[in-house]
Amino acid sequence: MSIKSGTTTMDESIPTAQTEEVVATASSSASSSSPENTARLNAPTVIDIENVDFHYGANKALHGINFPIKEKLVTAFIGPSGCGKSTLLRCLNRMNDLIDGTRISAGSIKISGVDIYHPSVDVIELRKRVGMVFQKSNPFPKSVYENVVYGLRLQGVKDKARLDETVERSLRGAALWEEVRDRLHTSALGLSGGQQQRLCIARAIAVEPEIILMDEPCSALDPIATVKVEELIHQLKQDYTIVIVTHNMQQAGRCSDVTAFFYMGKLIEIDATEKIFTNPSQKQTEDYISGRFG
Amino acid sequence: MDLSRKRRWRSVFSRGMDIVVGLVTVAALIPLVSVLYMVAKRGAGNFRLSMLWELPPSAGTDGGGFGNALVGTLILVAIGALVSIPIGVLTAIFLTEYSLGSKSARLIRFCAKILSGLPSILAGVFIFGVLVATTKTFSVLAGGLALGILMLPIIILATEEALLRVPHFLREASLALGANRTQTVLHVTLPAASSTIITGVMLAVARAAGETAPIIFTALFTSYWISSLHEPTASMAVLIYNFSSVPYDNMVNMAWTASFVLIVIVLVTNIVSHLVANRSK
Repeated sequence: MSIKSGTTTMDESIPTAQTEEVVATASSSASSSSPENTARLNAPTVIDIENVDFHYGANKALHGINFPIKEKLVTAFIGPSGCGKSTLLRCLNRMNDLIDGTRISAGSIKISGVDIYHPSVDVIELRKRVGMVFQKSNPFPKSVYENVVYGLRLQGVKDKARLDETVERSLRGAALWEEVRDRLHTSALGLSGGQQQRLCIARAIAVEPEIILMDEPCSALDPIATVKVEELIHQLKQDYTIVIVTHNMQQAGRCSDVTAFFYMGKLIEIDATEKIFTNPSQKQTEDYISGRFG
Repeated sequence: MDLSRKRRWRSVFSRGMDIVVGLVTVAALIPLVSVLYMVAKRGAGNFRLSMLWELPPSAGTDGGGFGNALVGTLILVAIGALVSIPIGVLTAIFLTEYSLGSKSARLIRFCAKILSGLPSILAGVFIFGVLVATTKTFSVLAGGLALGILMLPIIILATEEALLRVPHFLREASLALGANRTQTVLHVTLPAASSTIITGVMLAVARAAGETAPIIFTALFTSYWISSLHEPTASMAVLIYNFSSVPYDNMVNMAWTASFVLIVIVLVTNIVSHLVANRSK
């Protein structure tokens, strides 16, 4: 089955149990992909984005976006500013609900088969399962400990042992434990920018989501802190499905398995990252990644 | 490259403006400092500690104090604060967190701004009509409510300002972790704004403590200790007003001392609240 994505039609197709195998299909055609990678790209679909149109007031920001996001892979959204990649990301946990006058005007987004915009969906539950890390690190003006357990406290968890255990597990998971174990009860605002961003990641994984959305998580970090977060992303994909928006193409190349290129609110191309960066099928993609974009 | 200082018109002008700004600042400070100086000079000298718990003197006698007025002012302000702080803070939360930019929010904000410019005597007249005339008695409760009306707009506007200053990304962080709006307000927005809110509340308290006009119409005055919320009470402001216009030296001096004590109380509450606010940061 071929998938119309924006202006593109994937022309090659291999029949599988899953109906929409854009990624697997495309990657099998990439000469450079190893058998192991191809197997990974055949992972089951977690998020199904189906023909989504999105409006800011009268302004149409997304045009018929249509592709699946695969389980326990890192999917990177790239594209120039204003191309709709952040908008799409924020549709996945309904953060756009907070902005007046926005709506998905057509299509649907399904996570594990559930339409997340269906009236019966509890947004609070959705956001517990789909965590988010923002562009600007945004720890609460509370202690490191309280930042990490915030989500659990909201859920009414009072058991001290469980909270302590979660703090250590989450901070270890975010590769921050060794740096902050002696200052858990001091203000999180005293941490460095990179530490703050990893704290935000710890805070997100403390509530044990299935999916983590990252909106340009390294754009405010120095190169050393960026490397740490990228290493972290690499570890996190053992347990989580990760979607990352980035302006940094090297970053997309380094840490993602699948890359989606957006332009003017349309999905131009989605494919295995190595294929996108070595042999994109669209001229626009090639122009963008080679820096020749007008 | 010649970097030496030159006398140019624009640098002369700049220096001249520096001087003008400095002079204007000094001019603005003159009335403030002279009021404080006069109150301290004429009030502090006659201060006796026993004034804090003695009843006011009767006409022409020596001694006495303003214990009942001090207690009265504290109770009046406390009632005003109890009424206005919850309503004011909740209103501001509604304005910023639940209906930002909506028609009702704009209407409420407009009303609060009008109300904040209300001549204070109108608050007194209003409560007089609603409470004093209907119950046929001046009372502490009526006085406290009149002060509450005066404090309300100050608290609404200050709290709204404080909440708007809390960066939006903190709210997003909370919501993205599965918090609902109420949890976000309670656990993130309010704590982050608390020190600014406390400053605004203290401003309202300070203003209420010094108000005379609304109290005259509602709590009146008495020379005795307060024993119930449904009877008149003395207050510092009305005591100062009454005693400053009588021909007895003892009372006039006591008016000055009471002014001094009132200023010190307002000053101390301000300092304490700032310390508390800074500690909670």
